[in-house]
Amino acid sequence: MTMVRLSELPMGQQGIIEDVDAEEHFRQRLQALGFRIGKEVRPIRQALFGGPLQVRVGSVNIMLRRNDAALIHVWAEG
Amino acid sequence: MKRIALLGMPNTGKSTFFNRLTGASARIGNWPGITVDLLGAKILLGADMVEVVDLPGLYDLHGFAEDEQVVRRFLQNNPVDLLCIILNATQIDQQLPLALQLCRLGLPAVAVLNMADEAERLGIRFDTGVLAAGLGCPVCSVSAKYGQGFPETRDTLRRVLGQRPSTDTRALQADFAADEALIAEAEKLLARSVTIPRVLEYDLTERVDRIALHPIFGIPLFFLALFLLFQAVYTLGGPLQDGMAWLLEGFRDRALAPLQALLPGWLYGLLVEGLYDGLGTVASFVPVIVLFFLGMALVEDSGYLSRIAFLMDALMAKLGLDGRGFVMLLMGFGCNVPALMGTRVMRSRGLRLLTMLIVPFSLCSARLQVFVFLITALFSPVHAPLVLFALYVLSFLTAFATALLFKRRLGSNEPLLIELPPYRLPTFKQVALRAWHEVYHFLSRASRFIIAGVVMIWLLTHLPPGAAAAGPDTLAGMFGAWLEPLLRPIGIDERMAVVLLFGFVAKEIVLGAMAVVYGLEGDALAQLMAQQMDWVQAFSFMLFTLLYTPCLSTVATLRSESRSLAFTGFSIVWSLGLAWLLSFIFYQAARLLGF
Repeated sequence: MTMVRLSELPMGQQGIIEDVDAEEHFRQRLQALGFRIGKEVRPIRQALFGGPLQVRVGSVNIMLRRNDAALIHVWAEG
Repeated sequence: MKRIALLGMPNTGKSTFFNRLTGASARIGNWPGITVDLLGAKILLGADMVEVVDLPGLYDLHGFAEDEQVVRRFLQNNPVDLLCIILNATQIDQQLPLALQLCRLGLPAVAVLNMADEAERLGIRFDTGVLAAGLGCPVCSVSAKYGQGFPETRDTLRRVLGQRPSTDTRALQADFAADEALIAEAEKLLARSVTIPRVLEYDLTERVDRIALHPIFGIPLFFLALFLLFQAVYTLGGPLQDGMAWLLEGFRDRALAPLQALLPGWLYGLLVEGLYDGLGTVASFVPVIVLFFLGMALVEDSGYLSRIAFLMDALMAKLGLDGRGFVMLLMGFGCNVPALMGTRVMRSRGLRLLTMLIVPFSLCSARLQVFVFLITALFSPVHAPLVLFALYVLSFLTAFATALLFKRRLGSNEPLLIELPPYRLPTFKQVALRAWHEVYHFLSRASRFIIAGVVMIWLLTHLPPGAAAAGPDTLAGMFGAWLEPLLRPIGIDERMAVVLLFGFVAKEIVLGAMAVVYGLEGDALAQLMAQQMDWVQAFSFMLFTLLYTPCLSTVATLRSESRSLAFTGFSIVWSLGLAWLLSFIFYQAARLLGF
């Protein structure tokens, strides 16, 4: 298990959220959408030209930008 | 009268549930923040009339988004007798904390598991008894889309309303510290009461997304879909429009022409040549508008809009905007006013103002009818759809260029977080209802401005008495002569100048104004336009119409949404200046090249 940022997690690989390092408002929005400590997340794909990531958390698909995904620290397997 | 408040996250089908429960035609959207105005309806529940209010979608009762504050303010200031909590059964794990939060307010509540049919297909099984005990309120399963489970839900709502007396909501004080405990409890309850299959991986949505969000083909596919939509509107709408014009002309010849002998000349002129011809020319475009909104409703209700935000975000970020800004431009294709109001989902003021600055360049349905009319009159059937598509492309390009120019002053790095909901095939009824709602809005807006506008134009083109109709001696002629030096360099003559003047009020009037100014309607007007203008002039006129201020409603909305007179003034001046400049460049360049 290694700790990486969600933006660095390879597509399709699962990670477990360890910490959300965002300012209060954004952290609350993330939490409401399911980004909570201990939850499993999996980046599905990235849009062209350095566009946003599609991330699956629980059964919900969320799009967020890479720089925002970098605020989420996850445990990656292997 | 007792009051029920509908609450739930965005994309739970809350609006659909509201429509189904009340029978009203509320706007249904897949985009957070569309139902910004509160919708309410009175229904008969058992023997009593009950008021149902549809509150904006929220993720967290303690959240800080504008919609979440609206909900809190509503609950603090309005007595509510029952909370009806709508939950998306397919995403119950994400939604349960909010449900617990709402149940803890101490108001009588009913939880509704919507999309129960979809959840069942995904293999999600509910123990509603355990769920109800955990939440402390009755739980009903429904499919708002297909109407299953509604009689039972109505019964439950009526029963709970009858049980307890109204609660004083001023005592509502939410406990922020308890949030984390609620979440932990939700997870525990979830584990006890719900079984969710672990992998929802290979469902239909993912298969569609593999194509729709394809890294290379995603964007071209979107533009292809857009082109096909407009092509369909144009090819299907054409014959329908001809039919409508034929009906209107028939009515004029059979029923109205005999009146000429009975009415005084000026009254016949005002009523038939002014009002009827003006309204008729606009009315003949209703089929095109209906088709257009059917297409838009299909796209909006399917869940594709947030995919477009995903695809376009990288490009929009370079312009200081985000994917939502592009979606607002698309919404603006219908009408700029709701698109401007939709920017409320943006928290950063700079980002919001920049988006509001570009939305008015979006080619709305009122401008569409002007273009369809002129393009049909002046271009061959082969070229026509391409010219229309070119105008849409120009609408995007001017919006992008504007954003690029002003992003330094207004742009922002607001974090972007959007749910990509599962694709849903909207039911025919849903799309039809939605399209009807939009067309109704179009017509009511149109009739408000058009009747006054058309009468005004008839007066301007016929006063003072004795002057030749629409001649240089009339008031309109004088206006035209006054604007002439400004508009001559872009190929627009005095008569069309008057038309443009009224187009400032609303683009819906433009065709009616042409009909009155030239004293003709339908095919005859189209033929005359083809003689009066060449294609260069017509395109220059369309370019100007596309870019200058859309209408007074848009200006009023800009003012109320930005709460800044300076910003509103700047937006008007910028779009007018850009319209003139681009038309000038196009017209003079085309003439220099010998066209």
